[in-house]
Amino acid sequence: MNRFDYIRPATVSEAVAAASVPGSAYLAAGTNLIDLMKGGVVRPERLVDVSHLPGLDGIEHFPDGGLRIGALVRNADLAHDADFAARFPAVAEALLSGASPQLRNAATVGGNLLQRTRCAYFYDVASACNKRTPGAGCDARGGQTRLQAVLGWSEACIATHPSDFCVPLVALDAIVEIEGRSGRRDVPLESFYRLPGDTPERESVLEAGELILAVRLPGTAAAFAGHARYLKVRDRTSYAFAIVSAAAALQIESGRILQARLALGGVALKPWRTRAAEDSMAGEITGPDTFRRAADIALADAQPSGDNAFKIELARRIVVRALSQAAVGTPKRMPALPASPFAAVSGAITYV
Amino acid sequence: MSFSTTLTVNGVSRTLALDDPRVTLLDLLRERLDLTGSKKGCDRGQCGACTVLVDGRRINSCLALAISHDGADILTIEGVAHGEQLHPVQAAFIAHDGLQCGFCTPGQIMSAIGLIQEGQTGHDPERVREGMSGNLCRCGAYSGITAAVLEAQLSFEETERKQVA
Ligand SMILES: Cc1cc2nc3c(=O)[nH]c(=O)nc-3n(C[C@H](O)[C@H](O)[C@H](O)COP(=O)(O)OP(=O)(O)OC[C@H]3O[C@@H](n4cnc5c(N)ncnc54)[C@H](O)[C@@H]3O)c2cc1C
Ligand code: SF4
Ligand code: FES
Ligand code: FES
Repeated sequence: MNRFDYIRPATVSEAVAAASVPGSAYLAAGTNLIDLMKGGVVRPERLVDVSHLPGLDGIEHFPDGGLRIGALVRNADLAHDADFAARFPAVAEALLSGASPQLRNAATVGGNLLQRTRCAYFYDVASACNKRTPGAGCDARGGQTRLQAVLGWSEACIATHPSDFCVPLVALDAIVEIEGRSGRRDVPLESFYRLPGDTPERESVLEAGELILAVRLPGTAAAFAGHARYLKVRDRTSYAFAIVSAAAALQIESGRILQARLALGGVALKPWRTRAAEDSMAGEITGPDTFRRAADIALADAQPSGDNAFKIELARRIVVRALSQAAVGTPKRMPALPASPFAAVSGAITYV
Repeated sequence: MSFSTTLTVNGVSRTLALDDPRVTLLDLLRERLDLTGSKKGCDRGQCGACTVLVDGRRINSCLALAISHDGADILTIEGVAHGEQLHPVQAAFIAHDGLQCGFCTPGQIMSAIGLIQEGQTGHDPERVREGMSGNLCRCGAYSGITAAVLEAQLSFEETERKQVA
């Protein structure tokens, strides 16, 4: 790990001023940043420790059913907040499918949104990586591509975004509250991340020094609470990143879908919401035909970025299964194995 | 730059001068306080051998900067027994052969203490396994570990019932 200066600001404005100096990075719990610094993948000259900032660790509930989650709320505390989990069960399920209990006890909401890709070539400082060193090339191309992107990738970068939390968040219209030198702004999570294009080193719309203050979920998103699931396929049952995941949420009346929400994880450099697939389900009857069509639409533009064409078919099946589980209904209690395709499911789902 | 940090470790307040902000909580415990019970398995958050309780919550001490935890209350494996009397989770690990080489065990036990306090699993072995999934065991003592956690949980509930009665 490189040497760095350590700064602990007392207020948000002090934090923003300190982090606006080039070479600075915010430190929350450090479960991603310290890992990357140990590997020499990132080498900030100074850390601005925001983990003690006052006022950013609360969950505020609004009368319309929406809520505001402070950037310092710990992943575990959010997932286990009973009111939150009742309104946004797919988000709680996604959180509990990520990392480990110890990591979730530490990891913050802001840090989860801004965790970096797990691309092995990004992590290996001996490999060329356009994200680490712009213009250096990308050793992932033609390398081990099993876990790389199948949507939205570019010649410059084929990595994926690893967060589970963000997948249902983007499906449910989450808004990111940001504070910077020029004041406060709101950005929908859907337009918060940048696709790699020619500048994979630019990962989000954040400008230097901008701090995430909170994530908001609108009250309208709570209307999906009865039919909302997250499903995540991994190399082992738990404590592993997604190969492919999906968040599915439905509003159903007499067997017909009023509104659908669908987003995929592990397939692109951002949580991948697919509005065309959502729209295709509106007014349709729940069931395999509707869900298969939605899956085909969701993956219509998918392209392997190497030896990973299997992820496209896997993603289709995950979409159908997640939608089918959502149609059956949100389980009353969090499944013993959150988001696991190996968990016992209520209702017979035999066609995927 | 020099920093001073005050931590309560196993009930004792310690003030330490840090000449370098890079020191992790794990390295501070092992190298500065000679508390080598917490293990460095991977040093990258992937194994759980370094698990300690910070303000009552289980976390991986290898990814926590000591400087950022100024003022925290830390419980490590060295602080869980009362003299010769083992902590119920320690006793249950012995009773159920919840270990072979023992390297992962301090982390397993601290994680189990955290899990029991969190109170999310009930007596469902599947929930216990999932709740202990942040601790890897290369010897594969998992079935003994699960049995030990389930039994320790019961013994806690028993004590609580007696206290209430
Ligand atoms: C072994 C392992 C397995 C994991 N498995 C999963 C998994 O399955 N699914 C999953 O989703 N995640 C997984 N994670 C990642 C984990 O969720 C993240 O490390 C964690 O959420 C990061 O939160 P943090 O508070 O520790 O952030 P930090 O490490 O402190 O920060 C991460 C980044 O965010 C920036 N940052 C933090 N807070 C703010 C803010 N408020 N405003 C602006 N910038 C900020 C930092 O500068 C840094 O760049 C895993 C991690 C490990 C180590
Ligand atoms: S895929 Fe992206 S992150 Fe991975 S090596 Fe290539 S440029 Fe770097
Ligand atoms: S040493 Fe901390 S998780 Fe492995
Ligand atoms: S007992 Fe040997 S690693 Fe667990």
